[in-house]
Amino acid sequence: MTRPPVHTRLLLYLTQHFYDVEMLLTWMFNRKRTGIQKKNAYLGYAASLYGPQVAAAHFILTLKGGLRFKNQSDWFRANTKGKFSWDFVNYKDVQIEEIDLSNTMVNYRGLENLDTQRSLRTLSLKGCPEVDDWFLARLHVFQDSLEELDISHCPHITTGGLAALRNLKGLKRLDVSSLPRIQSPGLVVILLEDMLPKCDIVATGYDYSFVQEDEESKVQHMQGQSA
Amino acid sequence: MSSWRRLHVKARTGGFLSSTPVTPRHTRLRGPFMPCQSLSTGRSLRKGFIKDLENQLSEMKKKAVDALPGSSWSPVLINPNLPPERADIVIVGGGVIGWSIAYWLKQKERVRGGLRVIVVERDPTYSRASTVLSAGGIRQQFSLLENIHLSLASADFMRNINDHLFVLKEDPVDLQFNHSGYMFLANEQVAHIMEENYRTQRSAGAEVSLLSPTQVKEKFPWINTDGVALASYGLENEGWFDPWSLLNAFRRKAVSMGVVQCCGEVTGFKYKTNVVNSVDGEQMFIRRIQSVKVQMPNSLEYQPVECAIVVNAAGAFSGKLAEMLGIGSSPEDSIAGIPLPVEPRKRYIYVVHCPDGPGLDTPFLIDYSGVYFRREGLGGNYITGTSPEEDEEPDTSNLDVDHEFFVDKVWPSLAHRVPAFEKLKVTSAWAGFYDYNTFDQNGIIGVHPLINNMYFATGFSGHGLQQSPAVGRGVAELILDGNFRTLDLSGLSFRRILTQEPMLERNIV
Ligand SMILES: Cc1cc2nc3c(=O)[nH]c(=O)nc-3n(C[C@H](O)[C@H](O)[C@H](O)COP(=O)(O)OP(=O)(O)OC[C@H]3O[C@@H](n4cnc5c(N)ncnc54)[C@H](O)[C@@H]3O)c2cc1C
Repeated sequence: MTRPPVHTRLLLYLTQHFYDVEMLLTWMFNRKRTGIQKKNAYLGYAASLYGPQVAAAHFILTLKGGLRFKNQSDWFRANTKGKFSWDFVNYKDVQIEEIDLSNTMVNYRGLENLDTQRSLRTLSLKGCPEVDDWFLARLHVFQDSLEELDISHCPHITTGGLAALRNLKGLKRLDVSSLPRIQSPGLVVILLEDMLPKCDIVATGYDYSFVQEDEESKVQHMQGQSA
Repeated sequence: MSSWRRLHVKARTGGFLSSTPVTPRHTRLRGPFMPCQSLSTGRSLRKGFIKDLENQLSEMKKKAVDALPGSSWSPVLINPNLPPERADIVIVGGGVIGWSIAYWLKQKERVRGGLRVIVVERDPTYSRASTVLSAGGIRQQFSLLENIHLSLASADFMRNINDHLFVLKEDPVDLQFNHSGYMFLANEQVAHIMEENYRTQRSAGAEVSLLSPTQVKEKFPWINTDGVALASYGLENEGWFDPWSLLNAFRRKAVSMGVVQCCGEVTGFKYKTNVVNSVDGEQMFIRRIQSVKVQMPNSLEYQPVECAIVVNAAGAFSGKLAEMLGIGSSPEDSIAGIPLPVEPRKRYIYVVHCPDGPGLDTPFLIDYSGVYFRREGLGGNYITGTSPEEDEEPDTSNLDVDHEFFVDKVWPSLAHRVPAFEKLKVTSAWAGFYDYNTFDQNGIIGVHPLINNMYFATGFSGHGLQQSPAVGRGVAELILDGNFRTLDLSGLSFRRILTQEPMLERNIV
């Protein structure tokens, strides 16, 4: 008789101790969550010492994002290794105008670091795995200034969160491309256009082949009404 | 419940389901857009291994549990047989409140498996439970600090729901939360109350804003602002969600942590009575429950469950449960003569279809006339309703819907406020019971002065669903720590009923 491969034997051993393994898996899951939460912790100390601008900039750069101060043309960014120049401390009194957090681990908690940036005009959250509907609901803090928002490729966003963008009446451009959890993108885009009439809505990466059925159901609606 | 389900199906099958996101999305998502995380191959191999492990694990676990000798404690299925004979804590009522308490008790237990908790529910289909028949709303626009804090804490819980209620190897919880906010409209007579409430809400940390009628019109051109003097509008943490998802998430997590669910009706208690003389010489009978009598469904068989603590989370029927212990049956001027002031009150919800109705940004709107409505799905459906006058409360022996009530009491105000609703079609309707607190319409949380091991969590009258996460935590603290630790809910205890000091919401409706 041949012994089963090591891999299987190990599994067998582990499953016999399933409580321990379950604990281990839960622990690993929790550890990952804690890691993300840590990265997004509120930098209250930095804010009190150097002011909210510096704290916000530092937060963005440690997440490997980028930012641009008002009246400046250069962007601050971390390099691929996560190193960045500390020159941003010279902009203590300048508001941040553009933030690029695309493909970062920013989450709801981290948003607290940006709360004070009331001149923020452009925000990119493209492809952020931790950005969810609650995050979008919090964006109302930028409602007086925000003009461009990119939330494309965010795996958690649903229609319930897009409704929260209702507060951003100043938006001029909104990118909602390729959101995997949007079920009827054609309809959602129409509803978004209704909700934000001054905003240009970009929605690529969807298959709109349902449009015909959409028409059909409209006809049904009308029949329903006259009935 | 069935109507709720039907509703969802309707809203979703409006012909839009057939759209599928294009495939390249996936590769793009996993590709360079993802933060550097998944780039190394070693990690992905390890991930595959862990997936395998998880799969095998759950199967083995099932087998192992089945194989355990005499395990009436199977945490997997509804136990069709008798409940266990002994438990530490028996929770009566498996609605959202009951299961939330069960979860928090397990969450707070010090040793794994240290607490034996069972939840007794007489109707596993939940056909009459308030939870699944509710409108699913959550708001912070209350006037009492207790209610605002409860709702804020619950919103916080829901935001992080998968940190709390995620179960290994199961899908993450999806509450289908709609972040659309609430908007209250006030007329001139009540505008000053709205302003006061607004200040209280802001001071408690709720993100609410006040709007003038002009601003309302600007934001929502479809509203007729005649008669409106002021509006308050929630920016964050308000909206609505799927009550089933929350109930199931609590239940799934609690069961995975070892809570036993048991199908049966609590029909009586065995208790011991001690006679105590109060300061003013009055004789008081202090009771201590020793066991709970659980009647099995469709049979005469019953099982007494010995327990140390009972939690009354029977919702609209919690008053009945209290009666079984003699609460409210003595002469009226004694403590024992004061009944638990919770009774079922029937409320209707109508589903209307209106293709030209307001769109995605429609808040949960509450007019000063008392009529409310909200969007349901994306297909031009809305749900609406109002509370009847005190002297016109409908009969509560069934859950039949009165359609005239819509025509007489709901539609006129609705169409006045939103002219688009002059043309609409009622597509379905349902009724549910409020767990109505006749004393002051707020939750009653804590132990009864005359029954020293029964904890109440009931009487939430129309806002119990949204408070359930925080209430569950509070009750668990009260039981296990002896006092509230996070939120002080002592203001909501039974005491206010004995001293006849109601905690009334200063409503604008
Ligand atoms: C029409 C309507 C709209 C509402 N809208 C909202 C809203 O928008 N937001 C909000 O927060 N809240 C809302 N509510 C209120 C909310 O639904 C309730 O406050 C909440 O669900 C109460 O939960 P519960 O677990 O206490 O009660 P339930 O869900 O009723 O659960 C109690 C359970 O106890 C069981 N039970 C009772 N007696 C016994 C017994 N003797 N033995 C065994 N089991 C028993 C019952 O079968 C029931 O399943 C609404 C309610 C209604 C009716």
